[in-house]
This record gives sequence, structure tokens and C-alpha cells, in this order.
Amino acid sequence: MDFLTQSIIEAFRMIWSLDPEMYFIVYVSLYVSFFSTIIASILGVPLGFLIAVKQFRGKRAVITILNTMLALPTVVIGLLVYAFLSRRGMLGHLGLLYTPKAIIIGQVILILPWVATFTMAAVSRIDERYRRTALTLGANALQAALAVAREARFGILAAIIAAFGRVIAEIGIAMMLGGNIKGFTRTMTTAMALEHNKGEFVLAVALGIVLLAVSLIMNVALQLVQGKYGDNR
Amino acid sequence: MRKIVSIVIGAALVLAALPALAQDKVITMSTTTSTEASGLLDCLLPEFLKDTGITVRVMSKGTGAALKDGMDGNADVVFVHDVAREERFVAEGYGTKRYYVMYNDFIIVGPESDPDGIKDAPNSAEAMKRIAAAKAPFVSRGDDSGTHSRERQLWEATGLALTDAKSPQDADGWYFSIGQGMGEALIFAEEKEGYVLADRGTYLQYKFGRTQPYDLVVAYEGDDMLKNPYGVIPVNPEKHPHVKFDLADAFAQWLVSERGQQVIASYQLHGQPLFFPDAK
Repeated sequence: MDFLTQSIIEAFRMIWSLDPEMYFIVYVSLYVSFFSTIIASILGVPLGFLIAVKQFRGKRAVITILNTMLALPTVVIGLLVYAFLSRRGMLGHLGLLYTPKAIIIGQVILILPWVATFTMAAVSRIDERYRRTALTLGANALQAALAVAREARFGILAAIIAAFGRVIAEIGIAMMLGGNIKGFTRTMTTAMALEHNKGEFVLAVALGIVLLAVSLIMNVALQLVQGKYGDNR
Repeated sequence: MRKIVSIVIGAALVLAALPALAQDKVITMSTTTSTEASGLLDCLLPEFLKDTGITVRVMSKGTGAALKDGMDGNADVVFVHDVAREERFVAEGYGTKRYYVMYNDFIIVGPESDPDGIKDAPNSAEAMKRIAAAKAPFVSRGDDSGTHSRERQLWEATGLALTDAKSPQDADGWYFSIGQGMGEALIFAEEKEGYVLADRGTYLQYKFGRTQPYDLVVAYEGDDMLKNPYGVIPVNPEKHPHVKFDLADAFAQWLVSERGQQVIASYQLHGQPLFFPDAK
């Protein structure tokens, strides 16, 4: 017990003292997670939206593929992207392996299906009559789509926040594609794994606390947004 | 229904008891990745089991973490390669005695073309200096392992300006501290066409034990600073009464016995002897 309490006390001291190494790790984590979430949202939200509202051949197959991709283990994505980015791979000449960009690529692949499927689910829940009503009221197709998106916004937002939570806590891709380079691609999760490997716990515990705090803040923000607008729907 | 429940519970109890029955002569050993990755333990432990009936469960990690396991009482014996830290471990009372077991050697591995001409360096420190001067990519384990400790000693011997972490200043991004194991560091060096300090065993395993061979070659080898001695230390039962000291000590004694030393000497990896017994 002593061991744990001591680690936690030391960890808080480290957080409090603004340890630069620790904060840089946090920064790298937030940076790659932020950009992978943004990119995945830009691609995934319209994709989910289109699948939900359009009728097309092979729609079921697309949905099945997306659902399957929800279960893609991060190491599989890591391996696949590694095979492309490795010096011997197709994109090796770009020199992307072991950079933050490589982590972002992998993480976008990881959460794109999440954003797309959850957007799709959120949009599908909106009654088809919304769209038709908007159209009869003189909206063009885009305006009608925006009206539906407005109705589904909490679902979409929740999907994006869930995706962010998924990537910030992710380790396989960050380790395999980022390489855990100190001061460059070392994220919170890979740093924690390393500290455990070294038999040092303070930094790992401190990062764990920060990681939890980030998740907490994201979820509280989501709650607030929903609470504020949720009632007058 | 009750019958099914009792059968399930009974089965669970039997399953829970099975490992306990087999557990009477089992010790856990925390060791460095190189002893396991080189395949030495696969050769050594079955012989030890045959002689003594003691099973050794292996946790392999960096030397730092292995020693930490010993300090925390999570292992019965540690088998590592960082003499200074091992001696401190014993001096602080975590271990009873450090036994000299064997040594192997470190090598500096790099791209085949050897662009910075380190092959003919007069000594390992000079080789490291040339890498730093050329700002050639250098991959550091950076994980507090025995190999990482040695790398820090080599940097110190170069007389270069070093940071607190005893690594060269990294203004130009040529020094990669990746905090991963030897295998990962080798892969990294291969990708970056850079240099890395490696133990010979893991290098041979990665060079010759793979379906897709690697380009990395031995860029520098063979001076005293690259000698890598291994020691075994039973964890002190006075610190951690639950450790199986008798069995752990039997393991240490066996390693330094004529029989153990002979098994170590006979072990070869891809046709090369890897470890040289040096029990005193």
C-alpha cells in the first residue's frame, strides 16, 4: 500500500511542478489524438451521413464492413500501416515511419469506422419525415441534410468524443508506428509502458492521472453540452 | 440446478488446485531480454530442471526492471548484466550474493556501407565519437536496460558534451531514444539506416534467424569496454521472507557449477558461441 500511495504522491508532485518532460509527452498525445480525431471526423461524419440517408446497392455490405472494422485490433492496423511506411514498403521513401504523422495515419484508420458507424446510427434514428418536411418547406437537398444533421448533432458529437477517447488511450499504433522516441513521438501510453518496463512508476502514475483527467474533462464537456441543449429539443 | 452449480464449483476448485500442486518446486526469475531472446535459457533451464527438478519461470525485461522486481520481492532470483547496479543491489541488502556467471560482448551495429568509417576506429569510444560527429542516426534503447547503461558509459568515455541523461545533445534529431527492447531498437536502426549498440545474441537472432534478412552489419566490435558480464543474484529472504531462497540459491550454484558452466559454453547461436563462462 505504501508503494502505491508514495507513487501517487510523487506523481502529483510531478504534475504540480510542471515537469517539462512529462508535459511534452502529454502534448504529443493530445496533438496526435486531436489531429487524428479531426481528420477521422472530416471523413467519417459525411461518410456515415451518406450511408444513413442514401439508398444504394451494396449498402448492407458497406455497413457490415464498417462494423467489422470496429473490431480491428490496433496491432493489426499498426502492422498494416508499418508494411506500407517501412523503408522496404510502398511508401517508404516518404520517411513517415516513426513520426507523429505515422501515428495519426494509423489512428485515423482506427477511428474512422467508429465515427462513421456512430454517425450513421445517430442519423438513422432521426425520423425520415424530418427530411421530407424540410424538402416540402422548400429546402434544397443540402439544407435538408443540414436539418437532419442538426437533429443528430449530439449523437455525432458523442461519436467524435468517443473516438478521441479511443485514440488517446491507444498504445499499439503509437508504439509500432511512432516508435516511442523521446521528445518526438513518445505519447502518454507508450511512456507509461516504458516506465513500467524500466521499473519506474512515478512518471507512469502521473501520466495515468493526466490521462484520466483528460477523459473526465471530455466527458463532462459532453454532458454539459447535452444538458444545456438536450431539454429544448 | 444445484447439482450443476456444485459440479461447476467443484471443477473450478480442481482447476485452481492443479497449478498449486505442481508449484512446489518453482521459482520465478527476472532477467534481461538478452538471455531469453538469445535462446540461452531454452537450453539452460531444461538441463537445470533435469538435474534438480526445479522449474524456473522467466520474466524477461530490461535489467533495471529486473532488479526492481528483485527489490520489490516479485522475483526469487535475478539474472542480469550491469555489474555496478548489481553490486549496489547486493550492498543495499536486496540480494544475498552476486555470482559471476558468464560474459558476452556488445557490438556496434550499423549500415553495411559504413558511411562514417567507424570500422577502423581505434576503440569503441572513438567509434561513438565518429557517429556523433557525422550526426549519423543513432538509436538508443533508452529503457534503463543493461545495454542502455553501457551505451551511457560509452558516451561518457567519448568526452563529448552530454545532457543529464548522459546522451549527446540532440539538437539535430539524429539521436533517437526509443525506450524499447533490443529487437525493436534493431528494427528501428534498420529503418533509419543508423547505428545501434546491441548485444551480439539478439543481433545474431535478428540477422540470421529471420525469413527476411537484415542489412545491418557489425560496424565495430571487440574492445574491453564492450565486454558484457552477467551475474545471478538470489533475492535476500531477510528483505522478502516469501522468496524461495533455497531454490533460487540452488539455481545460482548450479549456474556456476562445472555442469552449468559447461552447458553455457556449449551453447551456440547460428554457429557462433555466444556466452563465455567465467564463474570464479
